[in-house]
Amino acid sequence: MPMDPGEIERLIKDALPDAEVTIEDLAGDGDHYAAHVVSPAFAGKTRVAQHQMVYGALEGRMGGELHALALRTSAPADT
Amino acid sequence: MTETDVNQRISDEVTGNDVVLFMKGTPVFPQCGFSATVVQVLSLMGVKFKGVDVLADSDIREGIKAYSNWPTIPQLYVKGEFLGGCDIVREMYESGELGEVLAQKGIPTTSASQA
Repeated sequence: MPMDPGEIERLIKDALPDAEVTIEDLAGDGDHYAAHVVSPAFAGKTRVAQHQMVYGALEGRMGGELHALALRTSAPADT
Repeated sequence: MTETDVNQRISDEVTGNDVVLFMKGTPVFPQCGFSATVVQVLSLMGVKFKGVDVLADSDIREGIKAYSNWPTIPQLYVKGEFLGGCDIVREMYESGELGEVLAQKGIPTTSASQA
């Protein structure tokens, strides 16, 4: 089921208010996205923990209605 | 099957094998592009791994997501530790970090992480 990119961004920013979120519609079908999330909250955390924070923000949609979200995360310092 | 049984089976897999990939399909016939990507990375690096096809077992398919608190398949485990899904494995491969982690954990590879 397609999901609006603005909705993805909103959910991430609700959970991580200081995050910079860039979303790209990869296939133009509203179903395959890439997201780059930069947030100070990621500092010192492993990639797994960073991605878990974003997945948590998406409240269970990942793996369900959102099949394809290629995720890249980083803290501002190491971009 | 109870949740505890499923957790035990998953735990047995990830501790009984050095490198385990929970994936959709098999290493020879991956059924999903994300699973195929991780198989390709491991193959390029010459890493021996065990593939567990979650499509063949719905208990494992749901259980693995709870086990690692990770919502998607594939999932790569090295020496019992969850390393990541497709995005993380690809990023670590491209940066050379995957080779370093495997070396640290004593997993033999035939090639350097970066071509």
